[in-house]
Amino acid sequence: MHEVLSKAKKTAVTPKNVLTVEGLKAYYINEHFGVRREVRAVDDISLTVQRNEVYGIAGESSSGKSSLIKTLAGAIRPPMRVVDGSVKFDFGGQSIDVYGAPEQLKPARWRHLSYIMQGSMNVLNPVRRVKHSFHDFAYRHMGLSGAAFWSKVRQHLERLGLDPDVLEAFPHQLSGGMRQRITIALATVCEPEFIIADEPTTALDVLVQQDVLGLIKDVQARMQASIIFVTHDMSVHAAITDRLAIMYAGRLAEEGATQALFDNPQHPYTAHLIGSLPRIGDVRVRKSLPGKPPALSDPPSGCRFHPRCPLAIERCSREVPLMQPSATGGRVACFRAGEVVAA
Amino acid sequence: MTDLLRLDHVTKLFPVGGFFSRRSMKAVDDVNFALSADKPEIFAIVGESGSGKSTLAKMMLGNEVPSSGQLSFDGTDVAAIRGRAAREAFMAKVQPVFQNPFEAFNPLTKLDEYLFATAHRFLGASNRGAREAAADAALQRVGLSLSEVRGRYSHELSGGQLQRIAVARALIPNPKLIVADEPVSMVDASLRMSIVNLFRELRDELKVSIIYITHDLATAYYISDRVIIMQKGKVIESGDARTVLEHPTQPYSIALKGAVLPPDPAAASAIIRQRQVVAG
Repeated sequence: MHEVLSKAKKTAVTPKNVLTVEGLKAYYINEHFGVRREVRAVDDISLTVQRNEVYGIAGESSSGKSSLIKTLAGAIRPPMRVVDGSVKFDFGGQSIDVYGAPEQLKPARWRHLSYIMQGSMNVLNPVRRVKHSFHDFAYRHMGLSGAAFWSKVRQHLERLGLDPDVLEAFPHQLSGGMRQRITIALATVCEPEFIIADEPTTALDVLVQQDVLGLIKDVQARMQASIIFVTHDMSVHAAITDRLAIMYAGRLAEEGATQALFDNPQHPYTAHLIGSLPRIGDVRVRKSLPGKPPALSDPPSGCRFHPRCPLAIERCSREVPLMQPSATGGRVACFRAGEVVAA
Repeated sequence: MTDLLRLDHVTKLFPVGGFFSRRSMKAVDDVNFALSADKPEIFAIVGESGSGKSTLAKMMLGNEVPSSGQLSFDGTDVAAIRGRAAREAFMAKVQPVFQNPFEAFNPLTKLDEYLFATAHRFLGASNRGAREAAADAALQRVGLSLSEVRGRYSHELSGGQLQRIAVARALIPNPKLIVADEPVSMVDASLRMSIVNLFRELRDELKVSIIYITHDLATAYYISDRVIIMQKGKVIESGDARTVLEHPTQPYSIALKGAVLPPDPAAASAIIRQRQVVAG
């Protein structure tokens, strides 16, 4: 192993940062008959999310993005383990070290930290009315008595443009878009400071997607909440995120302001992701990358993107590029950063 | 007969509701179009979920029978095909590619078995050598080779590779038409364009016509020659893909195009802000 393990850059915890992640490493560790196998799903990731910011994480399947957000939410189970690094939340003075003092996280869940998940049917109990889901998720976190709680919930639904009567409906009576709107209402009813949104619009139709994204942005702006928004769809990132991180094979490839990243991608992988998007009115032939995303159980040496990279040099297969400040004000992990021409 | 595929007033009804409140729902409502046998093309069917596009695909594959109207392939009514030989002859000419390659292939079956079985069934390749030759030739067409696929299971390959194998399998019987239902929606972003570009190569080099069913207007614009836009079972707009998608005329098509998020942060965030104004 010639891998040079990168040193996490220490970022000072300023009150502006709601989430500070430093040098986070979370591996799936399996031991069978004395043979230890590691899958480095989250490999040395440092990032910060500020108040009132939508932070996007883009990556393909098996890029480790789901493992990353599970780790951030403190929702990992064996065989996955945090090997190194820290995840710290700061909810208006109340700071929580997810892996230093995990008992602090439990009371903060849903009150301060909530989730919008992809499959709304996995969130809403299919055999009970929607109101029971609200009761199950939010009642004990709100600290309100029965009547006050329900009037708060109805008020919240109205503000989101939903008819409060949906509380009496069963999930199967509602359309997919309506169910996803309800999961958004459910995740925001406690007005949390931090929301993790995992592919919330992937299963939706174009028109509904536009509406649901608008709703998320709307709620976020009103509550001044921070959102980590995970999706593989770069167009959705373009629409909703303020800053964007590109993940490849368990590591961050690039991070920066969304507009700068789209205008001037520094990493060849980012350039490809953006350049290969078809758009109406443009008939140029889009190229695809050779090869396939690497398996996390057996990643390539050096820069994990080098076998597919059009700009790869000999050094890329030996050394791991560290995240460094990029020319456009973000961070990038590439030896040839800046030489990228947008496709 | 110069029409490869011809749909005349094709309608499909599905019964909905319970035993005492039986109604029928028009999943596909009076659809007409024809694909020429002389000029291979990529024909896109665009619509949201519930627009009837997948039901239309099932009828083209002969898995569903139209409730009224006629769907004919190479001059024969697909619904009237009887007998195993005629059915297999039809299946050899019309091949499907499905949405989710991880579901299309049984995880416990080796992938090469699918290719060999298809070669055996449709080409009559009775010995191992002939089957392997047919499988390898098809895999070469999609940029793979038999040595990469032999003995592999579906979990060992990426979605993009599996979808290529699905296309290779569809190519073995030398089909005239491939019906691809959302073939790239489950494929990773960096591999998606390779599948889309592959369809274009098949059209140009193998002269295969492709029915490309999708909800994604941008890829439909990128590869297709003609397009129909469906809403609630009806074709609401049709014609040359570039013309229709650049200048849609129907309110629904305009709304659909307006909701497509462009890969440009300023323009895309303006689109979702529009919705907020409407709702507010």
